[in-house]
Amino acid sequence: MAKRVIPGFGLSLGFATFYTSLIVFIPLAALFAKGLSLGGADLWRVVSDPQALASYKLSFGAALAGALINLLFGGLVAWVLVRYAFPGKRIVDALVDLPFALPTAVAGIALTELYGRNGWFGAPLGELGLKVAYTPIGVTVALTFIGLPFVVRTVQPVLAGLDRELEEAAASLGADRWQTFRRVLFPALLPAALTGFALAFARAVGEYGSVVFISGNMPFRTEITPLLIYSKLEQYDYAAASALGMVMLLFSFVLLLLINGLQFWTVKRAGG
Amino acid sequence: MATLEINVSRVTERAVSEAPWLRRLLVGIALVFLLAFLLVPLFLVFREAFSQGARVYLAALSNPDARHAIKLTLTAAAVAVPLNVIFGLAAAWAISKFRFRGKQVMITLIDLPFAVSPVIAGLIYVLLFGSRGWLGPWLENNGLHIIYAVPGIVLATVFVTFPFVARELIPVMQEQGVTHEEAALTLGAGGWQTFWRVTLPSVKWGLLYGVILCNARAMGEFGAVSVVSGHIRGKTNTLPLHVEILYNEYEFAAAFACASLLALLAVATLIAKSALEYKHQRDRERSLRAAARQEEP
Amino acid sequence: MSIEVRDLSKRFGAFQALDDVSLTFNSGELVALLGPSGCGKTTLLRIIAGLEYADTGAVLLAGEDATATHVRERGVGFVFQHYALFRHMTVFDNVAFGLSVRPRRLRPDKGDIARRVHRLLELVQLDWLADRYPDQLSGGQRQRIALARALAVEPRVLLLDEPFGALDARVRKDLRAWLRRLHDELHVTSVFVTHDQEEALEVADRVVVINQGRVEQVGTPQEIYNSPATPFVYGFIGDANRLSGQAAAGWADFHGLRVAAPEFGQSEPRPVTGYIRPHDIELKSEGGTGVAGRVESVAQVGAALRISVRVGESAPSLQVELPHHGGHWPFAVGQAVHARPRAGRVFAG
Repeated sequence: MAKRVIPGFGLSLGFATFYTSLIVFIPLAALFAKGLSLGGADLWRVVSDPQALASYKLSFGAALAGALINLLFGGLVAWVLVRYAFPGKRIVDALVDLPFALPTAVAGIALTELYGRNGWFGAPLGELGLKVAYTPIGVTVALTFIGLPFVVRTVQPVLAGLDRELEEAAASLGADRWQTFRRVLFPALLPAALTGFALAFARAVGEYGSVVFISGNMPFRTEITPLLIYSKLEQYDYAAASALGMVMLLFSFVLLLLINGLQFWTVKRAGG
Repeated sequence: MATLEINVSRVTERAVSEAPWLRRLLVGIALVFLLAFLLVPLFLVFREAFSQGARVYLAALSNPDARHAIKLTLTAAAVAVPLNVIFGLAAAWAISKFRFRGKQVMITLIDLPFAVSPVIAGLIYVLLFGSRGWLGPWLENNGLHIIYAVPGIVLATVFVTFPFVARELIPVMQEQGVTHEEAALTLGAGGWQTFWRVTLPSVKWGLLYGVILCNARAMGEFGAVSVVSGHIRGKTNTLPLHVEILYNEYEFAAAFACASLLALLAVATLIAKSALEYKHQRDRERSLRAAARQEEP
Repeated sequence: MSIEVRDLSKRFGAFQALDDVSLTFNSGELVALLGPSGCGKTTLLRIIAGLEYADTGAVLLAGEDATATHVRERGVGFVFQHYALFRHMTVFDNVAFGLSVRPRRLRPDKGDIARRVHRLLELVQLDWLADRYPDQLSGGQRQRIALARALAVEPRVLLLDEPFGALDARVRKDLRAWLRRLHDELHVTSVFVTHDQEEALEVADRVVVINQGRVEQVGTPQEIYNSPATPFVYGFIGDANRLSGQAAAGWADFHGLRVAAPEFGQSEPRPVTGYIRPHDIELKSEGGTGVAGRVESVAQVGAALRISVRVGESAPSLQVELPHHGGHWPFAVGQAVHARPRAGRVFAG
């Protein structure tokens, strides 16, 4: 290996690798080891159990719905924050990160109160025949809350960095505003928006704290996968818990790869 | 002349922006969405906390279990944040100052805990250190308790806050490159001198930013800590877990009183974060202005 | 202190940055490393400094092998292209940095450091900026502070990477003259990298022309300009007409322009390339010897006339430069003229 002029390579990389192995790598490997110790047939039985399938459906379905809502409204919020001036904009901008900063348990009990039968939102919605708390809709609300900042924060810088001349050029070529948005702005923003969408989705699938209060945790109906893992753990069924954890982790890896690809695409789009 | 100007401005406005009614509509929708999803829940926390008056509020906070929970939360953060700061600095130094194989793998691994469900974060330590885990029996024979004890809570907190500092520092240090370190070396500085006197001061705001985010998550973590804590009142309950217990026991005012402390932490975090972002933006503009400034004769 | 490099080679992946470079820099000299960007000149400077290690070859400082010596112990002063001033330190602290990081027993006391810093700031004529931060300085000021900082550690050699590269044209000129004066005052062996031939020729005692990792020519500015050793140097330094032609029996012929080529004494004509400086071409309006042509364009640039002459259908236009001291232009567009080279250089191929 070539000699290095800047000192500290061995020490910094050595410590970082040691620490990453200790905190992240070895424990996650232990999860796989435990899950795989079940053997093929039992592993399949555990991960394809009807209760598990129902929990995947809820976790992934509600996370997807939340991420879609955030894609739409997050994009709108980013647009409004970058393009328009309005009073209190800086406060609104700071507030967007609230779901990152607010402990999930606090979010969980606040949303449960808010959407409960007597809550400020729950009561009027109940009159309309829409029950939110303790239903999959409640889970979706919680997952929308915790995923809210992602799309805003990925789209915002890309939108701010877009050259206004692009739009002026489109306008000078005779495009109307909607055509300009659809054909010029939308393609430029798409990679960033999808990155934010994927990040929100990934976060929501694994979310626990903000969901457990509002979901009601009824097996087959409002039980998310992390909660199912939790209850397996409380029954000391470590292997089953690990097997379900593996399913979630594998999904996370795939999403992580996808997000890396999307980010690469974002940079390329922005650079080109 | 005046009419001409008005015409011109109207034409440009139409070319680069939307009609005023549409702008107002979009701002309105965005604000209503944020109000309903963010501000109302935040407001509700404080409202519920004081629903039975200040006396109940203060009583809830001065309860011994609550005070112990606060102490444990602070302890966990006090261990997890410095550990992750040291890791973040080491990882960012290696990644930003050198070229080596597997760098991309390392960067991806650093992000991994963000993609892992908090429940899994707790689970993996139970598998290793729990009484029926791999190392658990040996640890118990030696009188060491990790799961359902403070070390487990700290470990789970370290895991979920693992990426924060490194993630903030890596791009900052990559952007700065190695010239300043090289300059310090040509002037005779040693490795640690270079680090303490040149590198660290130049990334201090990025570091602080990472620390603020890391701390917020460390104090607020719920899922991972919940798995490893065992919920022993007055022993292994952090503040978020204490909130959960109170809420499940229908002590709503007390639950929200404790939650309001965490909400205050969140608000303080947001303020500090915005202040840092604002400062960073101002610094950047100032140095751009200085760079663009005409030479003095 | 003298610097010597022997047989240096350095690769970055598939890119050969330096290819067997050997050079000597004498004590007290001011030498320019000149070449196009990517030619390896900065790599050479960084290897001399110890900021980069060569794959093969040796670096000798004052006759002693310093190849394996760490940059910290080499005693070189290095001025970075973008100055690399520490942004969080004042000008004073930047200049004092090198002294303040010395081991305790070698470190001057506070008062001593302050005196030395102020002396250096006076030397670079910026004493009044001591309490400012780098962000508050202009480019030229930053450059001089960077130099003062490098000088503070009393380096045995001073290395400067594109010292004027980031400055605008007028400040560049001022700083060039200033650097020359400063060097005459301090006499510390100095090497600077530049891609600007004017800068190299004006400031340096000697110039090293580098291209694609190899040394093309070493010499005084006059030698480099008046007798370029290779086609590359001819093309890179100053303007030249580059012409293709044939050579035999000691003469080369380029579309009728004849240039002495004593190296080509053989009788068989061989393809050659000739380089003729614009001011080495003589123009006569009529009756002169040389090749006939027609004036295509005339322009006055300062105290010179730049004339473009076409000497034949297939030949490229000749660029000619004549001194001009006002009054009527002696040549007009469309005029018939005769062109004759006074000097030129011929290379095979």
